[in-house]
Amino acid sequence: MRKFSIGFAVVSLLVAGVLSYFASGAPDGLDKTVEDTGIAEHAREHPLAGSALADYALGGDDAFTGVAGVLGVLVVLAVSFGLFWLLRKRSDVR
Amino acid sequence: MHMSDGLLNAPTSVVFLAIAAAGVGFALIKARADLDDRTAPMAGLVATFIFAVQMINFPILPGASGHLLGGALAAILVGPYVGALCVTIVLVVQALLFADGGLTALGANVTNMALIGTATGFLVAVALRRLAERGRGGLAAVAFVSAFVNTLFAATGFVVEYAVGGAGGVEIGKVALLMWGLHALIGIGEGLITAVTVTSVAAIRPDLVHLLRGSAKPLEVRS
Repeated sequence: MRKFSIGFAVVSLLVAGVLSYFASGAPDGLDKTVEDTGIAEHAREHPLAGSALADYALGGDDAFTGVAGVLGVLVVLAVSFGLFWLLRKRSDVR
Repeated sequence: MHMSDGLLNAPTSVVFLAIAAAGVGFALIKARADLDDRTAPMAGLVATFIFAVQMINFPILPGASGHLLGGALAAILVGPYVGALCVTIVLVVQALLFADGGLTALGANVTNMALIGTATGFLVAVALRRLAERGRGGLAAVAFVSAFVNTLFAATGFVVEYAVGGAGGVEIGKVALLMWGLHALIGIGEGLITAVTVTSVAAIRPDLVHLLRGSAKPLEVRS
């Protein structure tokens, strides 16, 4: 389990930290739909748009997308591990 | 496929927040049975992987892209309830930390990607379980098809929400056509990513693939 877990986590870190620089900047399917139909005019700015990691950047600087991605990976890892570990059925074997 | 605030009116946002809360609450209760000392860490890894891969928008047409939603991927690897929680965690972190996906839109976004996507992906995967148990090719095909379907149904979630209470009064047929057309293309990418991921996990640790657990015969990886 150990090797597998480390490998899986490293893949996630590489995807978020390195591959993220090669992501398309074009709008995704939903954004494209709302832009082409004019629905997007009703969109409000995100209340946290000015926050440090907004839009997967660091203080608005896209050069740090990979850093933002790695931080995100660590946060999701911590939150999900914590939640699922607490939720799990305890084995009585101790 | 994260909607911003303002695309749905306030009552509709509240309704879908309630639906999301009910669905996630149900998943929290049911997830326990699928989580033990071995699968709980796996669930954390799956959530993390979905977050990472969602950052990678792939081009589908000039001027349009798509990214993994992850419902079928999560459901196949860790089951539908834990899977729905995985996608929910990703969406909450994205909305709160990365300003990706609106706050009032969070309920609708969770409904579409975490609940509808995971449920439909899982139902298709279970319906095709026999094929998935036949070997690597079968598992890849099942992963592809369930992921393709999860993408289309998650997109349909937005169409329904827009029909219920969307801003701007755009003709629903037009919204539906664009959403389905674009997400049919995105679904191909979702299918490929899901197939590669699921078969890779199955090749190393078939016991960690929820869909294959309890199957009559263990997956013959080198067939």
